[in-house]
Amino acid sequence: MIARFKSDHWRQLSWPGLLLGTAVLLATSILATAQLATRTAIAQRQSEDLNASLTEVISEDFYSNNLGASSISITTRGSDIRFFRAIKNGRITAVAYSLTTTEGYGGAIKLLSAVNRNGELLGVRVLAHSETPGLGDKMEVSKSDWIQSFVGLSLKNTAPEQWAVSKDGGRFDQFTGATITPRALVKTVRDGLLLFQQQRSILLANPASLPSAGAGTSADNSDPDQHSTGSPDKGKNKPDTKSMGSNDIGRNDNK
Amino acid sequence: MIPSYRQIIADGLWHNNVVFAQLLALCPLLAVTSTATNGLGMGLASTVVLTGSNLLVSSFRRWLIPEVRIPVFILIISTLVTLVDLVMNAWIHELHKVLGLFIPLIVTNCAILGRAEAFASRQPVLPAIADGLMMGAGMTMALVLLGACREILGSGTLFAQAGLLLGGSFSVMELVLWQDYSGVLLMLLPPGGFLVMGFLIAGKRLVERSASRSRQALSAKTIDPTIDN
Repeated sequence: MIARFKSDHWRQLSWPGLLLGTAVLLATSILATAQLATRTAIAQRQSEDLNASLTEVISEDFYSNNLGASSISITTRGSDIRFFRAIKNGRITAVAYSLTTTEGYGGAIKLLSAVNRNGELLGVRVLAHSETPGLGDKMEVSKSDWIQSFVGLSLKNTAPEQWAVSKDGGRFDQFTGATITPRALVKTVRDGLLLFQQQRSILLANPASLPSAGAGTSADNSDPDQHSTGSPDKGKNKPDTKSMGSNDIGRNDNK
Repeated sequence: MIPSYRQIIADGLWHNNVVFAQLLALCPLLAVTSTATNGLGMGLASTVVLTGSNLLVSSFRRWLIPEVRIPVFILIISTLVTLVDLVMNAWIHELHKVLGLFIPLIVTNCAILGRAEAFASRQPVLPAIADGLMMGAGMTMALVLLGACREILGSGTLFAQAGLLLGGSFSVMELVLWQDYSGVLLMLLPPGGFLVMGFLIAGKRLVERSASRSRQALSAKTIDPTIDN
């Protein structure tokens, strides 16, 4: 077959191109088909994963809703943060959110924190990290129970200077041989609490006041808008928050 | 010339072992093998891709021309890796959570490209499949061995989390060799991987040398029984 083409210069040139093009076309169509075939299954697995980690930080008696489907997103400091709301008897009982810090030893650390209405931590979990195995990975709940030391803490019951590893005069143990990792975690968890405090009235807005069908999407649409106008300036942020807050003081909790 | 299956098996498992003889695939090797379980999972996933790519390259070898063979090989390999990634993510999700990070690394495993180029593109389909399986088995063996050494020295366990990889019934494989063992951290870090691999390669060379010595001694004796070794 190749010999036949060799007579013609142009054909000889076009054969590799044709071959490569066909190969790419084939590969692409196979991959497209595979992606279509696996898409729903993968999406389902991912939501299962999300729910599994959410149920780790929020215990069962806090919610009767689908945690993964109850998120709103808020734009702060240029990034979207999703807040998952635990709802029981029409009332938001806890909020979980995921934060990423880059102050670890080996790249980004992704955390999931949950707080109750009073801003007390219900649980913290590390979702993804690439810290040194054997040193920095003691923050994983399967390796040590260090991460449980956050439970019950809040900005109110723990002074700002306590939010540090003991080497820096705070109340958290550092790991043997690893200070940077817990330092980053403590700081990020506290940042998360500050964020919750800032956005508290929006986050705890009574879900019944939101349209029940597609509540997630409508909240997604309206909240970032309200906030992208307010967030560059923190002073400006407050009127927004209050106007949102007044929305929810309908107190129709018992619906 | 088509090599015999016996030769393919011997090459894949020992003489031309991807890790210990060809010294290929070091990137996934050192990244993954901090435990024997990880090594096993990575080895199995690589074997699937290697066998698949050998099969495809060998069946399309008549249409391949030297100018574009490398891009086509890469295309085949990356398509297979993506397929494995998608399928595992959808249907063997637990395993994917353990290995997910390493699967894309298989693309960078030059052993697979190497086998496509050196073997599959020149041989019929069946020997190519056999070669893929054997090279894969050799690599899996090496990765498990390396992972086991590092895990024993580094964390004092063996096959930790094997139940997660192979299913609950395999959790009997999980051994804790020393309770409260603080571990040699170095072994879990990449330099530990290099060190252990160096010792293992040295060990393989020693075995080979003593084998060839005894063979020489044997042949010398059969030729001239008066020579005393």
